[in-house]
Amino acid sequence: MSSPRSRIAAHIRDIPRSGIRDFFDIVSTMKDIISLGIGEPDFDTPWHIREAAIAALERGSTSYTSNLGLLSLRQAIARYGERVFNIHYKPENEILVTVGVSEALDLALRAIIEPGDEILYHEPCYVSYAPVVIFAHGKPVAVETRAEDGFRLTRAQLEAKVTPRTKALLLNFPNNPTGAILEPHDLREIADFAIQHDLIVLSDDIYAELTYDGRHTTIASLPGMKERCIFLHGFSKAWAMTGFRMAYACSTPELIEAMMKIHQYTMLCASIISQEASVEALTDADADVEEMRAEYHRRRNFLHNSFKEMGLPCHQPRGAFYAFPYIGHFGLTSKEFALRFLDAEKVAVVPGTAFGECGEGFIRCAYATGMEDLQEAMRRLARFIHSLQPNARPQPNAC
Amino acid sequence: MDELLTLLKRNALETPENLARMLNLSVEEVRARIAEYEHAGIIRGYQAVVNEDQLDLDRVTAVIEVKVTPEREGGFDYVADRISKFPEVQSLFLVSGAFDLLIFATGRDLKEVALFVSKKLSTIRGVVSTSTHFRLKTYKASGVLMEAQESSERLKISP
Repeated sequence: MSSPRSRIAAHIRDIPRSGIRDFFDIVSTMKDIISLGIGEPDFDTPWHIREAAIAALERGSTSYTSNLGLLSLRQAIARYGERVFNIHYKPENEILVTVGVSEALDLALRAIIEPGDEILYHEPCYVSYAPVVIFAHGKPVAVETRAEDGFRLTRAQLEAKVTPRTKALLLNFPNNPTGAILEPHDLREIADFAIQHDLIVLSDDIYAELTYDGRHTTIASLPGMKERCIFLHGFSKAWAMTGFRMAYACSTPELIEAMMKIHQYTMLCASIISQEASVEALTDADADVEEMRAEYHRRRNFLHNSFKEMGLPCHQPRGAFYAFPYIGHFGLTSKEFALRFLDAEKVAVVPGTAFGECGEGFIRCAYATGMEDLQEAMRRLARFIHSLQPNARPQPNAC
Repeated sequence: MDELLTLLKRNALETPENLARMLNLSVEEVRARIAEYEHAGIIRGYQAVVNEDQLDLDRVTAVIEVKVTPEREGGFDYVADRISKFPEVQSLFLVSGAFDLLIFATGRDLKEVALFVSKKLSTIRGVVSTSTHFRLKTYKASGVLMEAQESSERLKISP
């Protein structure tokens, strides 16, 4: 009989354990820590959105919905897209409601990848991108973004990695873990690159509402992009609805139909209760989103100014709720730094390497945590780096 | 409203250093702006939000609705001004609807508040009638929930 391990499909077996999970196992055994390692909002879902979910239950809305999602929700998504992002999708056949952007991304990749197709994505990035490409029998090709560019992605970097097998490009700006954004002219360059190489662009815009120096532009809104773009967005971050598991994909009828084929046989539909709550989120929660965004903005300023005061190089995060300071000059790896900081000061941060090898030398500090905890965490971080006696000056180009 | 005021309303003890970091201002700027607000009477004081239910206090709070005949000169302001000077009156509002003035008053006990209403309040010229409601329990005050709410705990590390 074959060994238990050999029964696992090789392409799954070969995926390494997530670095974040290793770290989670250590942190979860500890008491009374302040965690800057949490990638979800600390706010509760706005009460009127929760009320909408309660009302849905009271009404007896407990059934399946259309595979695409409730029409009323798809209509609300279409209106929101026009109002906020200047993107235009038909509720009838260009929008698919999914269980989180994670599912939408999986559907999109499975819908487009032939075995061996290459998918370009930028690192440091959200932990799931390379694995989901591999699940779909594609080949993930990482493009490293750098601190000195503010972790922006450039056309030159992409040109260096594109091959005739490249099928698609996966974007996530505002970015987890760096807080980087792309300016409209960066997006135009990337759009031209995608058109020239005939690539599909999967745009994960989950942090779209959370920008601090101007409003977000999605690549899907650029001329010539609608027909080759899959716009992915959801409610987890800006509406603080992680547990509702609600997201959506917008694209051409052909791509949505292909994604829906997989969705209908694997998921059937997203929870109707979450869908009803999401209609409320899209139609009547702009003020709530703005209030949370303003709070993240203040926290972003607080962290960035605190890093400056303690001499820690950090590019200015311009979106999402993460800062990604450089700690490489202390002579420790990211993981060593995070473990020693946790041990000495009971504060959890995530080693940059959890988000790709080029995250070495950085730590991710999430500011989806209350101001009091952030203030205490910064006091402890200042004390900790003081105790390390840096044996090197910060690299000037790391900031 | 100025973000500085929003933050001070939320936590008046926030240090100028932290306010400066949050608002991308210098510490001196923050101090100067607070001083300006105090000088202009926009910031009128700093108080703690206390859950008195947790203290063994001999105090009662009442909400009193007051119907008033407005004065020919000065409208409601004349009566309101007189009422507001009583130390028993914590807050006083002119409101729309079935009555005119809404008072939040405190006293040592029911009797003291009752005496305030019957002897002092009702006898003011222009006061037509009063209706007094005694506070039984506080759920929320100054935007702060008085009982700790159970919130589901987030994972300590998540991607």
